[in-house]
Amino acid sequence: MISMAENEFSSSVHNRFLAEKKLMGAKCKRCGAISLPLRPICPKCNASEMEVVEMNGRGKLVAYTVISVGPPMMIEEGFDREHPYCSGIVELEEGVRIPGRIVGVNVAKPDQIKIGTPVTVEYQERVHGEEKRTFLAFRAV
Amino acid sequence: MVHKKRKLGRDVAVVGAGISKFGVHPREVRTTDLFVEAFTELKASVDKGIQAEDIDAFYLGNLSSDIFEKQIHIAPATANSVGLIPKPAVRFEDACAASGVAFREAIIAIASGIYDIVLVGGTEKMTNLPTPEVTETLAINSDPIIEFPAGFTFPGLYATIATAHMAKYGTTVEDFMRVGIKNHNNGGLNPKAHFNSSIKDIMKRRAASAVEKGLPEPHWADEMEFLHDPGQNAVVAWPMRLFDCSTICDGASCVLLVAQDIAKNFTDAPVSVIGTGQASGYPLSERDDMTSIKASKEAAQEAYEMAGVGPADIKIAEVHDCFTIAEILAMEDLGFFKPGEAVKAIRDGATALDGALPINTDGGLKAKGHPIGASGVGMIVEIFKQLRGEAGPRQVKGKDLSIALTHNVGAHGTTVVVHVFERR
Repeated sequence: MISMAENEFSSSVHNRFLAEKKLMGAKCKRCGAISLPLRPICPKCNASEMEVVEMNGRGKLVAYTVISVGPPMMIEEGFDREHPYCSGIVELEEGVRIPGRIVGVNVAKPDQIKIGTPVTVEYQERVHGEEKRTFLAFRAV
Repeated sequence: MVHKKRKLGRDVAVVGAGISKFGVHPREVRTTDLFVEAFTELKASVDKGIQAEDIDAFYLGNLSSDIFEKQIHIAPATANSVGLIPKPAVRFEDACAASGVAFREAIIAIASGIYDIVLVGGTEKMTNLPTPEVTETLAINSDPIIEFPAGFTFPGLYATIATAHMAKYGTTVEDFMRVGIKNHNNGGLNPKAHFNSSIKDIMKRRAASAVEKGLPEPHWADEMEFLHDPGQNAVVAWPMRLFDCSTICDGASCVLLVAQDIAKNFTDAPVSVIGTGQASGYPLSERDDMTSIKASKEAAQEAYEMAGVGPADIKIAEVHDCFTIAEILAMEDLGFFKPGEAVKAIRDGATALDGALPINTDGGLKAKGHPIGASGVGMIVEIFKQLRGEAGPRQVKGKDLSIALTHNVGAHGTTVVVHVFERR
């Protein structure tokens, strides 16, 4: 039995890697499937032999939205009806998908944001209350 | 994976149903008060009567009385409000599928032989919280590690599915609007609906209100022009606008579920439950296909197989239209229409009250309202009424409403529960 503190695939590990400006996945040693965020058990074949692999941070936008009415976290960051933000799903070159904040797109014309737009990873450092956190973002290139 | 066909150990039927007015209730009104209103209607609906002491157990669906009302352990409190103490009372939380799941668990409990009569309810009191906090309470139903930090709200998650559907099938914002117009037309015929108004009624009211305030009278050629007016229909999460989103409101619903072999003690017109299915799903980014909710397909397959029917046998359905795109997904995932073809059916009016397959005759979550925990059982209340010919002005006419389906989704498809009903 491994304790959660030693478990390099526990749910907090994703955020710890982001704080180091790294986007890491867990690769199944049996079937080769990559999990994002990292997980101790492969969702494809249920094997528990996983290894940590770094994503190259390049991908394309596969779906998105431009949000005008956000939760308090985003309101604190200055977003509102006049300043909407884009969130989306990115497919990385490694073939896995991950949600992220999307920047470098024209949120004033959401219908013109193109699915398939190439993006690269970016790390947003934000302070919420006492807590400094790093958020995963992707910039349209 | 081995697929095992399942069947109920004992047949079950719905013999009573009730629902409160959905809408914005005063601050001091609690879910227990709303539940008393729903239960009072249920008692009157049981043709041969029901006494609280005859009920074996109470199953309650509720998303978050904890956050919305600062009250937990509401199942016994709600049971107490309608005279059910000391009967077992249990709360179920599965996001927006809370009471749909409670209903399924009640079926399983009766089929097991443990109980004969279970009261299944759902409640939610959402409107005491300011909108940003409601937005957050709903958004935390998403994945906490990857989805919520990306800024996703609930409308945002479905809006993201919508952009994928638009890109793959050419679905348009007008298609989404048509779903809303249809559901508002139905809601206009439902006095219990939060929005007991068609879009046309709303246009008339807004024009009159402008004149009253001394402003120039606005003119919209039709509902589409009104829905394209950003002053009337603001974007919430593009491409979902205000009139694409179900409403934040308060409400309660309940049904009385009994073993089929004693149903005749309560009514000569029971509505039998012939199929139940439930499945869970991944966060959006882990799905192979974002233009469909796989858990809907899986839950439907289980329910259809148990019922021995297919999508073509369904005469009327209540589907989970928390957003207009969600109704389109449901129409495809439940097998009523092929992928990408639901929008054609909507354009042709096939799902309207007088269409070939009426969907969301009570106005759906869009117009009737979406007090989260009350929604799953609320759908069953509508099916009970429609199958017994008791739906009033919105009663579907001119067709044999023998077999019906309800489809209740938790969050963005991480839980789906489907039921098939038959009026024998």
